[in-house]
Amino acid sequence: MQPTTPPPPPDAYHSEVTLRVNGTPRALTVDHRTTLLDALREGLGLTGAKKGCDHGQCGACTVLVDGRRANACLLLAVALDGCDITTVEGVAKDGGDRLHPLQQAFLDRDAFQCGYCTPGQLCSALGMLAEAAAGHPSLATDPDAPPAQGAVPLTPDEIRERMSGNLCRCGAYPHIVQAVEDVIR
Amino acid sequence: MAATPHTLGTPAERIEGRDKVTGAARYAAEHTPPGCAHAWPVPAGVTCGRITGVDTSAALAQPGALAVLTPFDAPRFAAPPDDPELDVLQYDSVPHRGWYVALAVADTLENARAAAAAVRVTCADHADEPEPHDVVLDEDHPEAYTPEKANGGYPAHRERGDAAAAFAAAPVRVDVSYRVPPLHNHPMEPHSATAHFAGGRLTVYDSCQGGNAVRTVLASLFDLPEDRVTVVAEHVGGGFGSKGTPRPHVVLAAMAAIHTGRPVKLALPRRHLPSVTGHRAPTLHRLRLGAEPDGTLVSVSHEVTTHTSRITEFVEQAAVPARVMYGSPHSLTTHRVVPLDVPSPSWMRAPGETPGMYALESAVDELADALGMDPVDLRVLNDPATEPDSGRPFSSRHLVECLREGARRFGWHDRDPRPAARREGPLLIGSGVAAATYPAYASPCAADATAHPDGTYTVRVNATDIGTGARTVLAQIAAAALTAPLEAVRIRIGSTRLPRAPLAGGSSGTASWGWAVHRACTALAAAVAGHDGPLPGGGLTVTADTTDEVRRTPPYARHAFGAQFAEVQVDTVTGEVRVRRMLGVFAAGRILNPRTARSQLIGGMIMGLGMALTEHSTMDAAHGDFTESDLASYHVPAHADVRAVEAHWVEEDDGLLNPMGSKGIGEIGTVGAAAAVGNAVHHATGVRFRELPLTPDRVLPALRPEEEPAL
Repeated sequence: MQPTTPPPPPDAYHSEVTLRVNGTPRALTVDHRTTLLDALREGLGLTGAKKGCDHGQCGACTVLVDGRRANACLLLAVALDGCDITTVEGVAKDGGDRLHPLQQAFLDRDAFQCGYCTPGQLCSALGMLAEAAAGHPSLATDPDAPPAQGAVPLTPDEIRERMSGNLCRCGAYPHIVQAVEDVIR
Repeated sequence: MAATPHTLGTPAERIEGRDKVTGAARYAAEHTPPGCAHAWPVPAGVTCGRITGVDTSAALAQPGALAVLTPFDAPRFAAPPDDPELDVLQYDSVPHRGWYVALAVADTLENARAAAAAVRVTCADHADEPEPHDVVLDEDHPEAYTPEKANGGYPAHRERGDAAAAFAAAPVRVDVSYRVPPLHNHPMEPHSATAHFAGGRLTVYDSCQGGNAVRTVLASLFDLPEDRVTVVAEHVGGGFGSKGTPRPHVVLAAMAAIHTGRPVKLALPRRHLPSVTGHRAPTLHRLRLGAEPDGTLVSVSHEVTTHTSRITEFVEQAAVPARVMYGSPHSLTTHRVVPLDVPSPSWMRAPGETPGMYALESAVDELADALGMDPVDLRVLNDPATEPDSGRPFSSRHLVECLREGARRFGWHDRDPRPAARREGPLLIGSGVAAATYPAYASPCAADATAHPDGTYTVRVNATDIGTGARTVLAQIAAAALTAPLEAVRIRIGSTRLPRAPLAGGSSGTASWGWAVHRACTALAAAVAGHDGPLPGGGLTVTADTTDEVRRTPPYARHAFGAQFAEVQVDTVTGEVRVRRMLGVFAAGRILNPRTARSQLIGGMIMGLGMALTEHSTMDAAHGDFTESDLASYHVPAHADVRAVEAHWVEEDDGLLNPMGSKGIGEIGTVGAAAAVGNAVHHATGVRFRELPLTPDRVLPALRPEEEPAL
């Protein structure tokens, strides 16, 4: 969906930025107060990232910024010029025709109900998988274990700990954990 | 029918699933008509008082500001709303903190927010002491009274026999008090609406549990014929009761759209939700259970005190489940309510049953202790043949089967029944059980079904899918009635352009909508069978309306039942309680889609886990506001809180419900879950906690009473 009102010209309160969103450069004139989340949802019509709290408390807006997961509601779009942004709309392959294995696992496991937290859960899980693969420890990682060489094994406790920034009020957690386990097997 | 794949009882995948995992599913605030403006509401900063002025000049001077509506200049409603919480910007007094006193509208979200922040509201009490307010509930409150009815239309007060005398004479007695704090629904999608008024027609995308009620309210308030109002709710990000009635956001969005002539989008900030979208009222419970030494109950008393607001009477019917659960010749079940200067309470997942069964099932556990009896056996012993309070026969009741099946699956009988007997290092381990119940309701509904010449079907009903899988199960019901493959059925829901339907609430959606879908499709199948030659180009359409049929149902007691089991660990160093596993077994009629049913039941149990361990709101006495109003302070369960949760069911064949033989499953998963956890904590520690939630600040001092607090 295209912006429905023409963007205002740059002035003291607006700037031009280019975000590379799901692989495509998108030039925007943004209000300096505009969060990445509102730039995506209202400016670019990419409403996959959800606004649950606007305060970084629920994770529904999780996207990948330069490959790392972030709460889009806590980032100002003006500060992200040139960044790579991946939203749930960019997760599927072949222009959306072929689901990512994690999306398929969410379907297979019925890992959602209302679906409002789902895009954030998906993006967060993708970021989490990359973090674990890079050896980042979590609170659930055994501190007495030898320093990780490469990937941290993702036990269910590891998955639950690392995904705890993404709330789901429908309580789909057990199925989300199963879905994540499906793609790491 | 049996040969048809994907019909009733099979685990069909959610029809809208792909849209939800790709981000294609659009929710209420994700529609942006050309020229769409944004609105931001301004809540009252006082608890009660009178607004003497609203200075909008700074707000209107903000870039992009289009309008600021205030109680002094907002458009007047054509008729007052039935729900006083919807009477926004119509008068100058403030009934509770958070009440909306202005609405800013601007071209962008950022400008609307800035304009709202620039609105200056003055109140009569502004210069002096705030107007005195009273927001604190207690049993002895002088304004407490016994209402005529509690929520759901139940009589507030019922007595059979002489409960007090029978209790006094009972050989074994439990007389205990339990407290449940205010709780918040907090669906992940905040209440949102996008409204568009053009050509005398109002179109609203609303985040609601039922569009027909929203349409009726908007038509009445803005003096429009109902056929000129369309309410669309295609995808809804949860509700749990808080979207069951029209809420102020949709009224304000429509008002702003009509006033400005532009489409207007309004999404409530998360922190506003506790004040304007209802909450579960706090409940104070006194339970008196009297029994013979063999465990037979002779007297059951459940007395509830709760609060409501000054502008509406909502009484959480927490004593009502005690009328259903256990046989006893003497019984008292009664409610008292105190009107306070608080936001209006309303529905939250299983109103009445959730707090009521927490208290009742905890007290039953205490009685089992007092008797030295197994709590499963005690419940089985007192399972009644007919509904205790009404004397009506049950359409079906398989609580005992749930308890036995649950005990078997959970390994209940392997446990050492003595409290505080199992220790793993600093952890105390325990297990608990509780029963669950929820009524099986159904409401009148209309639907239509069309057979197309290409062999496909379209089924239309204004059902709402708030995450239940309504689309999917209705398509299954249709396919079964049509003896057609699921893929041949197109299901249309979520718009008031479709046949009128009741809300997604009271665990009655599938029963109500499915009944009408079943009737329409059954009639359509007969019409197609009787049709000679090819179908006409526009297809063959049959409509159904279940109003008469639903109202003629015979007077049986219709309820789902369940048994909840939990195992906890209690950390004696930190006081932290963690649930290691939960297991529920439910008897809820025929399970129409085991895949989505399991998700709902597990989700309900997890909400009960939150109620037991972390969810807690406080009405601040000084400021008259909920202290925990956002998701950082109000702790809903997170991934790390939830380990093994299993839901199972027993086969239940009940021909006295609806054509599908189903009972609702949306709420019963929550009922009893907190009691099972609390009873497990008692088993682990030997300490009985009687106020939720079981947070470390409560648990630790009770475990280590000999120690001085560290700070």
